[in-house]
Amino acid sequence: MSLWVDLHRPRSLDDLHYHQDLSARLRALASSDDFPHMLFYGPSGAGKKTRIACTLKELFGKGAERIKIDQRVFLTPSKRKLDVNIVQSNFHIEITPSEVGNYDRVVIQEILKEIAQTQQVDVSARHRFKVVVINEADTLTRDAQAALRRTMEKYMSNMRIILCANSTSKLIAPIKSRCLLIRVAAPTETEMKLVLDFVAKRQGFGIDPEAAQEIVQDSGGNLRKAILVFEALKMQSPSLTGPLSIAKPDWETYCHKVADMIIQEQSPERVMQVRAKLYELLSHCIPPTIILKTIADRVVDKVDESLKADIMHWAAIYEVRMRVGNKKIFHLEAWVIKVMSLYKHFCFDIDMDAFD
Amino acid sequence: MSFFQQHSTKTSRKHVQDPALQPWVEKYRPKTIDDVSAQEHTVAVLRRTLTSTNLPHMLFYGPPGTGKTSTILALARQLFGPENFRSRVLELNASDERGISIVREKIKNFARQTPRAAQPHVTEDGISYPCPPYKIIILDEADSMTQDAQAALRRIMETYARITRFCLVCNYVTRIIEPLASRCSKFRFKPLDSSSTSLRLHQISSLENIPISTSVIETLINVSQGDLRRSITYLQSASRLSHSTNPPTEITSRDIQEIAGIVPDDVINDFATVLGVDIVVGSGMQTDSKGRAPGFDGVRSKVRELVREGYSASQILSQLHDLIIEHPTLAAHRKAQCALSFAEADKALCDGADEELWILEAALQVYKALA
Repeated sequence: MSLWVDLHRPRSLDDLHYHQDLSARLRALASSDDFPHMLFYGPSGAGKKTRIACTLKELFGKGAERIKIDQRVFLTPSKRKLDVNIVQSNFHIEITPSEVGNYDRVVIQEILKEIAQTQQVDVSARHRFKVVVINEADTLTRDAQAALRRTMEKYMSNMRIILCANSTSKLIAPIKSRCLLIRVAAPTETEMKLVLDFVAKRQGFGIDPEAAQEIVQDSGGNLRKAILVFEALKMQSPSLTGPLSIAKPDWETYCHKVADMIIQEQSPERVMQVRAKLYELLSHCIPPTIILKTIADRVVDKVDESLKADIMHWAAIYEVRMRVGNKKIFHLEAWVIKVMSLYKHFCFDIDMDAFD
Repeated sequence: MSFFQQHSTKTSRKHVQDPALQPWVEKYRPKTIDDVSAQEHTVAVLRRTLTSTNLPHMLFYGPPGTGKTSTILALARQLFGPENFRSRVLELNASDERGISIVREKIKNFARQTPRAAQPHVTEDGISYPCPPYKIIILDEADSMTQDAQAALRRIMETYARITRFCLVCNYVTRIIEPLASRCSKFRFKPLDSSSTSLRLHQISSLENIPISTSVIETLINVSQGDLRRSITYLQSASRLSHSTNPPTEITSRDIQEIAGIVPDDVINDFATVLGVDIVVGSGMQTDSKGRAPGFDGVRSKVRELVREGYSASQILSQLHDLIIEHPTLAAHRKAQCALSFAEADKALCDGADEELWILEAALQVYKALA
C-alpha cells in the first residue's frame, strides 16, 4: 500500500501527462547513440525526477528499474569516514552528494573516477556508458563542481551525467556549458486537473471539478503536493462533496498565527511572545527561510499597499543575512521587530495627519 | 618491427572512442598552436619556443572557453610528439586530488626525475618534434588549488627549473598567490571576437554537414559571449536535437536559446511591462502600459508565475538588466537606481539567498524607481 504519488507515478515517457514536446525530445535523444550530459531544472514538484527515471528506462529498458541501495564509506584526506547512501542499478547510479556537506568533493571524485574507469560489462546492454544521476546539484560546493568539469569531458565514452537541480543560479558556468539544459516548468492548472482526474479514475471514482480546482489552487504548481492533499482529503471525507477544507500543515497555521500577532500589537512583550513561537517552529526543523517567507506573505496580505514593498524588502535583506550568518533566530527576530516598527510608524503618521 | 607496430595500433584502438560520439569540443580541439583561434600574441611568443627549445614557466589566464588548455596541450604535443607525450607531460586538474600531500609527493616526484634523453626526431609522416630536454607539468584550473598547496609549489618550481617547466592555467589570476605568479611569464587570453567565433563555427558546421543559417550563428555568438567552448557545445546539442527527429528539422535561434537556458524575449518584455517599463516594439509602435498600475499584488503574482516556469533567477535578472540599461527613453537616474537594486540582488543570490524573494525584491525596487 503505497501513496498515490508513488503508485501513479508515470513509469515511461509515454505515460507522462504534460510537456509532450519535452518527452518527444527525450525519447529521440535516448534512441540516438549520441546522448549528452543533461541538466534538469525547474521548481519542486514539477516532475524532474520522474522524467529522469523515465529517460533511464527509455535508455536501458527494464533493467534500469531494478535498483538496490548500497551504503558506501568514503575516506576524506583528513581520514574522516563518510557514509553515503547510493542507489544503483546495473546501468546507473544515483547519489545525493549534499548529504555529506562540505566533503561532497571527495564523493564526487571517487564515484566518478570509479564509474569512468570501468566499462560496461553487460554485453546485452543497449549503451556502452553508465549514467550518474546527481540529485540536488545546486547544493554542490564550488569545489565539487570544479571537480566535475574536466571529468565530464574526459570520460564521455564511459559515462554520462544527469544533474537535477531546482535552479541553475548556483551552478558554475563551465558545468552549464557542458550540459544540455532541460527546463521542466511547473504544470499549468488545466494540466494538473487532468492529472488529478487520471489519478481519481485509476482509483475508481470521479472527482468533482470544483474540488479539483480548489486543490490545484492550493498547491501552487506543485503536483506532488496536489496529489498528497488529494489523497488526504479522500481519506477524510470519502464522498469528496460538500465544502472542502484543505487542511493546512500545522506549521503553516502556526506561522499565520505569528503574522497575526505581529499586526495586532507592537510592543516588547509581543516580541517576546513571537520569539517563543519562532523557537518552537525552529525546533521542529522548519527551514527558517520558509518560516520567514510564510510569515511575510501573510503579513503583506494584511497591511496597507504602501507598506508591502518595504516589508518584502526587509524580508529579503534579513533572509540573505540569515544565510551568511550563523544564528537564524537573531535575524528572524530582527525582521519581526523591523516590521513592527514600520507598521507602528505608519499607523502613527496617519493618526497625526488626522489630528491636524 | 611489424609485430610491434601491429601491437601498438591494436592497443591504441581500444582507447580511441568513436569520433561520432566524441564531444565536438574534444574533436575539434586545435592540433597545433597555429590552429588556436584569435590569440595571435600568445601564439606568436610560443611559436618561437618551438625552435629555441627554451621555455619559461607559464601562467595562462583568461575567461573560460578562450583556448588556454587547448594551447598548452597543443604546444606540448608539438614539442614532444605522441610517443614522448606521456612520459614528459603531467596533467593535473581539479578533478584530481590536489591537496598539499599530492604536491609534495606526486608533483615533486615527477618534477625531479631527469627526463630520458630523446633526440629531436622526425616521424614517418614528416612532422618534426624538437623534444627539448625538459618535462612539462600542467596544472589546469589552478585557481581552485588551496593557498597551502600553491605555497608548497614555490620551491619545487625553482629547484627543478632546469628539467621541469610548469604551466598554470586559471580563470582568475588574482587567486594565484603572488610568489607563484612572479615566477611565471603571464599570458592573458582574451575573449574571442565575433568574427573568429563565427569562422570557427562555420568550419565545424561544414565539416559536420549541418546547414546553419547566419542568424543562428549570430544567436550562438550572442549567447556565448566570447566563450568558444560554450558556442560549440550549444551547436552540438542543437544538432543532436534536430537530428533526433525524422526527418531532421532545421536549427532555429529559438532552439539555441532554449538550450542555453535563456528566458525568451517576450517573457522578459512582459515582465518588464508589469514593472512599468515601456517596451518599444519595432519602430514607433508603443504598447500603452501607462495608466494601469499593477501594484504590489500584480508584481508578486507575475514573479510567482516566472518562478513556476522554472527560469533561473540570475538569468532573469541579467536579461532584465540589459533591457533596462539599454532602454532608449528612460531617464539616466532611474536606470542608475535600477542598476543598484540589480547589484544588490546579484550579491544576495551569490550568497545563496532565496530566489523568489530576491526576484520579487529587485522587481519591487525597479517598480518603485520607475513609478
